[in-house]
Amino acid sequence: MINELLFMNGYGAYVLSAFGFTLLSFSALYLITKVQFIKEQNKFVAKFGSLNSEKAKSAKSQKINKEILANATNN
Amino acid sequence: MFKLFHPNKIFQITSKAPKYVLILFVMVLSVGLTEALILSPEDYKQSDAVRIMYVHVPAAWISLGIFSSITFLSISGFIFKNKNFFLIAKSLAPSGFVFNIIALVTGAIWGKPTWGTWWAWDARITSMLILALFYAMYLISWRIYESEEKVFKITTFITILGIINVPIIKYSVDWWNTLHQPASINILSKSSIHSSMLFPLLIMTAAFALFSLLIFLMKYNTELIKIKNKGLDRL
Repeated sequence: MINELLFMNGYGAYVLSAFGFTLLSFSALYLITKVQFIKEQNKFVAKFGSLNSEKAKSAKSQKINKEILANATNN
Repeated sequence: MFKLFHPNKIFQITSKAPKYVLILFVMVLSVGLTEALILSPEDYKQSDAVRIMYVHVPAAWISLGIFSSITFLSISGFIFKNKNFFLIAKSLAPSGFVFNIIALVTGAIWGKPTWGTWWAWDARITSMLILALFYAMYLISWRIYESEEKVFKITTFITILGIINVPIIKYSVDWWNTLHQPASINILSKSSIHSSMLFPLLIMTAAFALFSLLIFLMKYNTELIKIKNKGLDRL
């Protein structure tokens, strides 16, 4: 059964390499996008931490900034 | 109406959605792979080589769909002076480009056992390669131009030029003699593909669409945080 699945009447190498390339591309794109996201999120947290209390209060008044911080702490 | 497209409102949804989309994608992909590699029948002419269709065709469809969406969003962004449309278009482009590359590479792999060659300058393949070049130009433009005004203009121009190629890709098999067969799936008339092959094809298309949605959400969130980072610098 497994041999049949891998051999695929002689087309196994073509079929599995096409599927393999697709899944590899998916993994690469997902990882690159995730790394970029985490990098920007960390940059945001670091910048936020360096603000003085008045500026931090003003920045926190924006809902989106609060969401970003909440997400960063959840991750 | 455009208030609905305000980044602050969208972020509330896009920040939470990726994990659910990822779970759904893995589930649909698992079903799709089982159908495509094990349960679907082999073709009477192409034998098991036909299974490459289950990654090649959805990748091509989605890359064409994403490019059309990018063009529509860029033109809308330009007409309605809405930056968020450009941001959505920019976030869609990476997955569109990757799907285009997947379509080209898996097409080459499929070509070898069926046509006896990895590559031919056939109308469909050449026009898909041109689409990949338009995707590359679009993505590079976002990297090299600093000025927002300029990048909006240039990327819109690229998409308008590129969209001319989309109907050429679609109808290339009817307009020219190519190695590709005419379309087997028609929305308006009866499809010539058997349901035992159509079902896995649709499942794989759904999985690929979910993956592009996942990448879009992650990329869009990254872009929004980038903007907010610039905002913190200005405080």
